Amino acid sequence: MLENIFGDFMLRAGLAGIGLALAAAPLGCFVVWRRMAYFGDATAHAAVLGVALSLTFGTPIFAGVLVVSLFVAMLVTLLSGKGFAMDTLLGVMAHASLAIGLVAVSFLSGVRIDLMAYLFGDILSVGIGDLLVIWGGAALVISVLIARWHRLLVSTISPDLAYADGFSPKREEFILTMALAIVVAVAIKVVGVLLIAAMLIIPAATARPLSRTPEAMAIIASTLAITSNIVGLKASYLVDSPTGPTIVCTAAALFILSTVAWKCFKYIQKTAPTQ
Amino acid sequence: MLIAVTDLCVQLGQRQVLRNITTQVERGDIITVIGPNGSGKSTLLKSLIGAVPVSSGQITKQANIKIGYVPQILHFDEALPITVERFMRLNRRFDRNDIREALTQAGVSHLSHQQLMSLSGGQFQRVLLARALLGQPDLLLLDEATQGLDHKGAMRFYRQIDFVRRELNCAIIMVSHDLNVVMRRTDHVICLNGEICCQGKPESVSKAPEYHALFGLDEDSDAALYIHKEHQHSNRTRFHTNNLSLKDPFHA
Repeated sequence: MLENIFGDFMLRAGLAGIGLALAAAPLGCFVVWRRMAYFGDATAHAAVLGVALSLTFGTPIFAGVLVVSLFVAMLVTLLSGKGFAMDTLLGVMAHASLAIGLVAVSFLSGVRIDLMAYLFGDILSVGIGDLLVIWGGAALVISVLIARWHRLLVSTISPDLAYADGFSPKREEFILTMALAIVVAVAIKVVGVLLIAAMLIIPAATARPLSRTPEAMAIIASTLAITSNIVGLKASYLVDSPTGPTIVCTAAALFILSTVAWKCFKYIQKTAPTQ
Repeated sequence: MLIAVTDLCVQLGQRQVLRNITTQVERGDIITVIGPNGSGKSTLLKSLIGAVPVSSGQITKQANIKIGYVPQILHFDEALPITVERFMRLNRRFDRNDIREALTQAGVSHLSHQQLMSLSGGQFQRVLLARALLGQPDLLLLDEATQGLDHKGAMRFYRQIDFVRRELNCAIIMVSHDLNVVMRRTDHVICLNGEICCQGKPESVSKAPEYHALFGLDEDSDAALYIHKEHQHSNRTRFHTNNLSLKDPFHA
């Protein structure tokens, strides 16, 4: 009986992690390619404000987070063309939105929310409903990425080439922004605000030296993200550590492995012909 | 007629970049746009592909016109791994034969399996040209395509362009600083400084006082600038210090 229940929540946690990994990893590739690593941070931090608003108005957390993430993402997209440097803008937005969220939460009277749960996530408490939300969001994001893959790639490489090919790179950018907000909204419960950005970027960064084409990078990043989720989940159970951070630690370990292996390979390749 | 531009004005932010541009392009033309930095050359090409909003005037294109575009500089990020072959297949569905043909036309068929970021400047420009040639464009736009190439590389690139034009019978509009090449290999020159100072056949443009003023080619350059000020707006003085023409013709 006990074993049954155990199997159940570990399975749910695993499935939630895999769903997130499938959506976040390819999206993270775009985040890395477009050099907007802080974009994930900004939208993720804004999610705390979304949580506060949802509790105030009694709406589902998911809806509040989605709306606020979208708002911040669009604000950043809008302002980035208006003479602000992208990294500065994202830095300001990321920290400001987290702070505003925390202040807003403190004004909520009578509501005690476990902020830690939203900051670091609680993947072990994922229910069937959450699973549906995560997999629904992931399926949506993945199908959008696949359907618009070529356009998204061209817009990323050069907006002018996109125009020359006859479509607007601005729309593609907006779609990426939307996808990012959706991932943040569905992932907040799984890995939490602080770790979403890590799940976006670390697998993509790990996959980079192992790939020759953008598609390969996206697929390798997804595989790595799924691996980190499963290994991290298992490890956190074995050593009794917080699950979300353990997953990210696993991803980081893979990143170090891949980078070191790549450097060694490069070194051998460079020195080989002389011997 | 492929494209007709009538009274085109473009405003970017507070700045009026292009004013009252009127010109037209026929099939087979090679048109070169020259002018100092900030004179709106790139903006003109971008307005033709729709990358910048037109504030007034008109751009009339032939129905179903296919435009190939080679951007000025492509900041290619190392974070994105991509092979030449994959880059060629982006967005449009062409089969391997089309791609091989375009790469051959641009003279880079041997590079198809290389990573894009491992290419030299000249190779990269040719790959961009190859991509622009996919689907046999009616009009080819080249924005300082020889930037970053040495003299020999630039000459090879221009020969390639000439070859491509004969092969495809397309029109070409290019932005260039290479006045020597402009005068030898172009049918039509547009001398741009926010608005069109003068345009026409290379021989007639090279005799025009506006052209001499804009590029400071006269020996008595003070007089030339004076003429220029008379004809244009006196607040535009950036080409005093930033005189591109001094560099290119004498090196060529």
